Amino acid sequence: MSSTTKYIVGRLLQVLPTAFIIVLFTFALLQIAPGDMVDVIAGESGSATPEYMAELRAAYGLDVPPYMQFWHYIQNILHLDLGYSFRENMPISQVILERLPATLLLSVTAILFALVVGVILGVLAAKYRGSVLDTTISIISTIGFATPLFWIGLMLIVLFSIQLRWLPVAGMTTVGTSYTGQFDYALDVARHLALPALSLGFFYLSMYVRITRSAMLEIYSLDFVRTARAKGLSEWRVVVRHILRNALLPVVTITGLELGGLFGGTVVIETVFSWPGIGRLAYDAVFSRDLNLLLGIFLCSALLVILMNLIVDMLYAVLDPRIEVAG
Amino acid sequence: MTRTALFLSRVGRSRATLVGLLILALVIVAAIAAGWVYPGDPRDMAGPPSLWPGADPRFPLGTDMMGRDMASATTHAARISLMVGLSATMLSVVLGVVIGAVAGYFGGRIDDALMRFTEIFLTMPRLLFTIALVVVLGPSTGSIAFALGITSWPQIARLVRAEAMRIRQLDFVHAAVTIGMGHSRIILKHVLPNSLSPVMVAASVLIAQVILAEASLSFLGLGDPSVMSWGGMVGAGRSVLRTSWYMTALPGVAIFATVMSFMLLGNGLNDVLNPRNSGR
Repeated sequence: MSSTTKYIVGRLLQVLPTAFIIVLFTFALLQIAPGDMVDVIAGESGSATPEYMAELRAAYGLDVPPYMQFWHYIQNILHLDLGYSFRENMPISQVILERLPATLLLSVTAILFALVVGVILGVLAAKYRGSVLDTTISIISTIGFATPLFWIGLMLIVLFSIQLRWLPVAGMTTVGTSYTGQFDYALDVARHLALPALSLGFFYLSMYVRITRSAMLEIYSLDFVRTARAKGLSEWRVVVRHILRNALLPVVTITGLELGGLFGGTVVIETVFSWPGIGRLAYDAVFSRDLNLLLGIFLCSALLVILMNLIVDMLYAVLDPRIEVAG
Repeated sequence: MTRTALFLSRVGRSRATLVGLLILALVIVAAIAAGWVYPGDPRDMAGPPSLWPGADPRFPLGTDMMGRDMASATTHAARISLMVGLSATMLSVVLGVVIGAVAGYFGGRIDDALMRFTEIFLTMPRLLFTIALVVVLGPSTGSIAFALGITSWPQIARLVRAEAMRIRQLDFVHAAVTIGMGHSRIILKHVLPNSLSPVMVAASVLIAQVILAEASLSFLGLGDPSVMSWGGMVGAGRSVLRTSWYMTALPGVAIFATVMSFMLLGNGLNDVLNPRNSGR
């Protein structure tokens, strides 16, 4: 077995305890919550006799001790069965799958926007350190760190949708339009996507600016940079090819670490813009106190984060030959 | 010069720290003054509804759509934000210091296990977990502070662990082991006091993050229904964004100023306590 394969197998095995603890958390929350699923059903139907409720509890396996319930819970999850949402009238896994693409579109756009603009601003700030440009960029990134995402979103709505009337206020598509083609549809979605992606990306932009700037400054003083300059390379070529390439590693690492935060951000931003993703679904679940659905969303996004981190790590192992030795 | 005087003179020279302290002092004064300037319940109707700021001198910040005084609500909400921020951060610091110190001091398997646990907490969608916790416990100021505190400790734990690992190797710790000092006494007497300054910096930044998270929770309708909070005010003002956007803008500015003051304070403290790293 090559060392890369060994690393990948080892990393896969590490995922299991992590996933187990996440599942344990959701189960624990379900246990602490006052009332169980049968109470919910009884509440929905309006009337239920104690006998009928006991029957239901037996049917759903709620009359056995907690550790047995936990075992069933894990088995259900392995079968991708997260329970049934009585509010949405659909199995929870199906609701989440339907809403997931919208969230992925929003978060990928936001991260890409933050990455491109953030790294460019970070490079400029490091290059012209101490200048007015550096100070301006640093003020922008401080604002991104200290302002709530939802507030930025709302202020953007006031400016671009209400005052200037450039962009739509909410939703993913314009209600009641018939599209003349694929391009029309894409354009409409893009117009709806602009503001939420901008507000969600703003925090990450600030983060990328700061990391890129400090990583660039650190690498500036290293020997190989001096060598590159000494052999007569142009200044921008040194900055981009020699410094930036090395400064990007912490940027990628932080992206992996912050993916969990991204899902929190989508809850708030999708609520502000009525974006039909799982974040908005989580808000609806809170509003209707549908704990099963809420925990299903938490579980899915936590597992997605684990999966994405795994992919990032494996990309490292494939791309950077030094890591497989350590793994 | 005594250590305190040296500390104060460094604080005086750091402009960021001074600005942070100044803004924070204003917020604290506003929070304290709310009690006697606006003694009544900020949720009671005080005047005509939807009054723009400056339209009536009696209501310098205007009134909301239910005729509640925005100035009274904003200052009363400052109390909630500061209280939640402080208590959640205190809980986080205690948890983080204990977990980090034990992991870093003992190392080996204990360290491995605790750090893997910390990593899970660090990478999972924390806001979603906090939301679920508040839903389960029922929204109140106490449960919000608890939920935020119990999910925010990983950064502190990682920091304290690194410090504990560093201090563990120092000569005076070896000396303490030699004279037969117990592990818990060494941690309490040597490891913790020596890792105090980075923890203070991190705690100051953490308060800022907790206040932001509290604002998100109350914006999503998970705030304590019996008090005024900035996030809740933004959430309520949202419905009249088209006509009266000041109801949304004002509490947002208050959140920004408070969060900013704690972040400036954290950065400033970092420069003051670790002068060698400053200027980056």
